[in-house]
Amino acid sequence: MIRFLLKGLFRDRSRSLFPFLTVLVGVVLTVFLHAWLTGVISSLIQSTADFSTGHVRVMTRAYAKEADQVPNDLALLGIDTLIAELKHDYPDLLWTPRIKFGGLLDIPDEHHETRAQAPVSGLGVDLLSKQSPEWGILNIQNAIVRGRTPRNHGDIVIGDKLAMKLKIEPGDTATLISSTMYGSMSITNFVVVGTVRFGIVAMDKGTMLADVSDIQKALDMQHGAGEILGFFKDNLYHEGRANAVTAEFNNHTAAASEATQAKEASFLPVMGTLRTESGLSDYLDLVDVFSEVIIGVFLFAMSIVLWNAGLTGGLRRYGEIGLRLAVGENKTHVYLSLLTESLMIGTIGSAAGTAVGLALAYYLQVKGFDIGSIMKDSTMMLPNVVRAQVTPFTAVIGFFPGLLATFLGTAISGVGIYKRQTSELFKELET
Amino acid sequence: MIRFAFLAFVAMSLFNSIQTHSGDEILKKVDDNMFSETKIAESRMVIHGRRETRTVESKSWQRGTNESYTEFLAPARERGTKMLKLKDMLWEYSPSTDRTIMISGHLLRQSVMGSDLSYEDMMDDPHLPNMYSASIVSDDTLRGRECWVLDLKAKKGDIAYDHRRLWVDKIRFVPLKENLYAKSGKLLKTVDINEVMNVQGHWLAKSVLYKDVLKEGEGTEFYIDTVTLDVKIPDYLLSKAALRR
Repeated sequence: MIRFLLKGLFRDRSRSLFPFLTVLVGVVLTVFLHAWLTGVISSLIQSTADFSTGHVRVMTRAYAKEADQVPNDLALLGIDTLIAELKHDYPDLLWTPRIKFGGLLDIPDEHHETRAQAPVSGLGVDLLSKQSPEWGILNIQNAIVRGRTPRNHGDIVIGDKLAMKLKIEPGDTATLISSTMYGSMSITNFVVVGTVRFGIVAMDKGTMLADVSDIQKALDMQHGAGEILGFFKDNLYHEGRANAVTAEFNNHTAAASEATQAKEASFLPVMGTLRTESGLSDYLDLVDVFSEVIIGVFLFAMSIVLWNAGLTGGLRRYGEIGLRLAVGENKTHVYLSLLTESLMIGTIGSAAGTAVGLALAYYLQVKGFDIGSIMKDSTMMLPNVVRAQVTPFTAVIGFFPGLLATFLGTAISGVGIYKRQTSELFKELET
Repeated sequence: MIRFAFLAFVAMSLFNSIQTHSGDEILKKVDDNMFSETKIAESRMVIHGRRETRTVESKSWQRGTNESYTEFLAPARERGTKMLKLKDMLWEYSPSTDRTIMISGHLLRQSVMGSDLSYEDMMDDPHLPNMYSASIVSDDTLRGRECWVLDLKAKKGDIAYDHRRLWVDKIRFVPLKENLYAKSGKLLKTVDINEVMNVQGHWLAKSVLYKDVLKEGEGTEFYIDTVTLDVKIPDYLLSKAALRR
């Protein structure tokens, strides 16, 4: 029976080609859009985690309230003890201190006067200790454009564009003008040993990377850091575990805060997850909803199109169906045979659409799409080259809606079969 | 004769009344009281931050209102840091880097040593009559002293505080309190002069509490420990060369 129906579909292309193409296009779009969205969101999450929030982030309560303004006067102090405790209590995460800071990078001339100056957005990270996870997290080695990575105290790397703007070469001295954690002006000399390009507009515009101990000294925050970031060892964000770690840590410090005066309590540490700390929570929820909406709209639109195609096909096959009913074929049998045909078309169309969609997505996963020109003023931690991401779910996300849409379209249009009156069939066939 | 004396008394009273009720005149007298040709002062700033209290000590040399040189003496991290103001230019010298940085643009809004004072405050022309027109709002009593309350409105648009309210001691012509406002009317800073001293016939502030109301913390106490007026200040001290000496 199936072979019979298949032969019919192949031989009568007007019956199968349009529904097949409709399903194909719809499934291709769904697969491709899903892979693209997954890729963009993964890049955003990864970059945000690596450069900004980690998978979990520890700060003082006071700092957390104003974290966007990077209030280093409210930084964590005594971080060596805190990091040791975090490593002991949560060994499945890598813990590393970070100091974010802003300031001016001032380039002196031969008379120690200002030759050039530009604003910088700096990051103090652990670059000099042997067990530092930062080399892997920030991928610094691969980001070097000119010169080398920092090896000694006083070494810094800066964004390549910034170096070109300031007309400095590796080996030149640069003075950081910033503010200490007590609010005094901080003026510190560094040696620019290399230039970097992370491929993220928000980072590359005016970035400066230095060892955390040098920044502690420059900003008068000995044994202090604005933030301690925690990363899962596989460098993937596990939301459930992150929530559990955060809840446990915060419950522990909440108990301590009850025995502390209000002023001191505001300097107790508090932990947040990537989702809460990045400000991406609403955005990620929106993307989840958006993905569901895409599938829903696709399913609805395809069903309408295929219903319409079914009706057109039904009209065209009016005589055939009438004859089949006239010779005694059961209405349900005819209806079921149409549904079976639709399932066949749906299966073939969805499989072909998934294959084409996956191929396109994979191409974009490998090659990427450069959105640097669009993102030039962006502050989002999104790479310049955005890639699609093919996951196991991408392979099935279009298939079942494709199948269901064809089935629904035929199921609705095929209902007309039951409205045909057997007594009037011969009369209909004569005309 | 009695009638003439009475009329003369009324006329004098009216004249005095007009004299004392002119805000600009009071401001001029404040200016005359507070300024000297030169001034050398040693001072302390007790800065109450959100976390801890720090004391910053400095010595400054001032000639007129356009030239001043300040050297920070303590704490150890700030020792040797110098600041030079020449007309509308301000430089800071950092001994650890041997760099002289010109403070301009948004750096002017940065706090001086983490205090409630900004570099912009230091750049303001301290001759208030040059910058503001004054009117008397009311009389008040502050720390037992009779005061005029003056409203100062900026004559130009490009100054840090568009509007000030000043409490001036009626006898000593020294301000005892000041509120500084933005153009929008928002209160930005308060200045409370808690103690005054008489130096060579001038009534000067000895203990002042500055409070940037936009910052958390309990403000910055400013103490003048020693002050000498009208002494010669060598020219080399008020030059950029002095910064690296």
